[in-house]
Amino acid sequence: MSLDTLAFAGGFQKPVFEAQAVFRTLMDCMARPGTIGDIAATVTPPRPLTPAAGAVALTLCDHDTSIWLTPALAASALPGWLAFNAGAAIADERQNARFAFIEKGAMLPNFCLFAQGTQEYPDRSTTLVVEIESFEGGRPLALTGPGIRTEEGIAPVGLPDMFPQFWAENRQKFPRGVDLILVAGDRVLCLPRTTIISVKEA
Amino acid sequence: MNTTDLATYNFAYLDEQTKRMIRRAILKAIAIPGYQVPFASREMPMPYGWGTGGVQVTAAILGPDDVLKVIDQGADDTTNAVSIRAFFQKVANVAVTTKTREATIIQTRHRIPEEKLTAGQTLVYQVPIPEPLRFLEPRETETRKMHALEEYGLMHVKLYEDIAKNGHIATTYAYPVKVEGRYVMDPSPTPKFDNPKMHRSEALQLFGAGREKRIYAVPPYTDVVSLDFEDHPFEIQTFDKPCALCGAKNVYLDEVVLDDRGGRMFVCSDTDHCEDRCANGHRGHLAYNKEAAE
Repeated sequence: MSLDTLAFAGGFQKPVFEAQAVFRTLMDCMARPGTIGDIAATVTPPRPLTPAAGAVALTLCDHDTSIWLTPALAASALPGWLAFNAGAAIADERQNARFAFIEKGAMLPNFCLFAQGTQEYPDRSTTLVVEIESFEGGRPLALTGPGIRTEEGIAPVGLPDMFPQFWAENRQKFPRGVDLILVAGDRVLCLPRTTIISVKEA
Repeated sequence: MNTTDLATYNFAYLDEQTKRMIRRAILKAIAIPGYQVPFASREMPMPYGWGTGGVQVTAAILGPDDVLKVIDQGADDTTNAVSIRAFFQKVANVAVTTKTREATIIQTRHRIPEEKLTAGQTLVYQVPIPEPLRFLEPRETETRKMHALEEYGLMHVKLYEDIAKNGHIATTYAYPVKVEGRYVMDPSPTPKFDNPKMHRSEALQLFGAGREKRIYAVPPYTDVVSLDFEDHPFEIQTFDKPCALCGAKNVYLDEVVLDDRGGRMFVCSDTDHCEDRCANGHRGHLAYNKEAAE
């Protein structure tokens, strides 16, 4: 497919039911941080964004949500694909974005650069969709907080070394702060701003 | 063209853009437990006050594999429950049940089922007034600021005035709670009897207020603490007698007037719980006795 027509293909095949299934996975994962959900959607966004992250975009984004993209994603056919399939516009500033997409291997900006919401309206913050390599095999992290009975453990590969520190700063601003949707392959894990992350000794 | 193709609704009535808007609000609500997320509530084919908020939340999360239960004051067979259940059968062709343990989504008006909810279940509350501070401070700009600054002294003053006037905290329903040590939240007009069930519940709890255009949530395993004082600790209602039909103790009972000579009985507000117990041979003192009737 040529670059010109890439933007018009690859949406949901059954938009109503696929979007509902992806949302329920996201809702369960957001309500139970550390739970890994599967996204079995038939979405094919332009590279380098992966199908699962594309499915999240089409499930949550529309003309009401401006999106911030990394330089690599902004240079791809993705802005056109999002415009055609979701009606979503691209935000030029991170502060104005309701959602941000960061592909695998791209630099993860500090969370404080994105919209944090206000003390009165903490919901007006950016939700980051970050693609990583894997949820296993990296530095072990312990998760506690709402949605977690005692403690959950993940060991993500592909997050920067500074991630626990970024997150601790994000957690400190509660109720302001960003929420994270991590995507690895067709699996997804959510970190709402309430989750407390501590680095476990390996 | 088949005429049945013409006027059909989108699955679960709402259009997809509305669902996305509500879904985004739900994710934010889960991320900030107890905080009221504004949302663009739609007009529904039922009046405000009939659960339009709960219906919109249910419509946004409902899928073809879900099993829906709807209760109204604990009962599956009262007007609001019957009409909302019929609504979702019509617009989503979804499976429905009255059994608490079979349901994946339970929409409720003012009760939490007696049976312990599990991790696979979502409880959707219909909320009339989501703002716990509204009757103390009518201005939204002010209550927003009070939540922002975590300034909840006024609520404690209200509870204290209860004690000064009545000798005890007289609030019996919509009893304010603090969620995860941060936001004071209205648990909707459930009896305070149900407040302890919200604390570290395994099920996700979502709250929808249609007229007031707010959605809020309590994730599973989240602290929900009823406000009280050290010398006046929070207490739930107790009943002198067990349920007249199934003999259940430690459940919430409704008073039913039997005649115009002062006759009355107390029965389980949760009809499914009561029927389940009756089917398992539990009998209260007014239970229908088949052998005696024959």
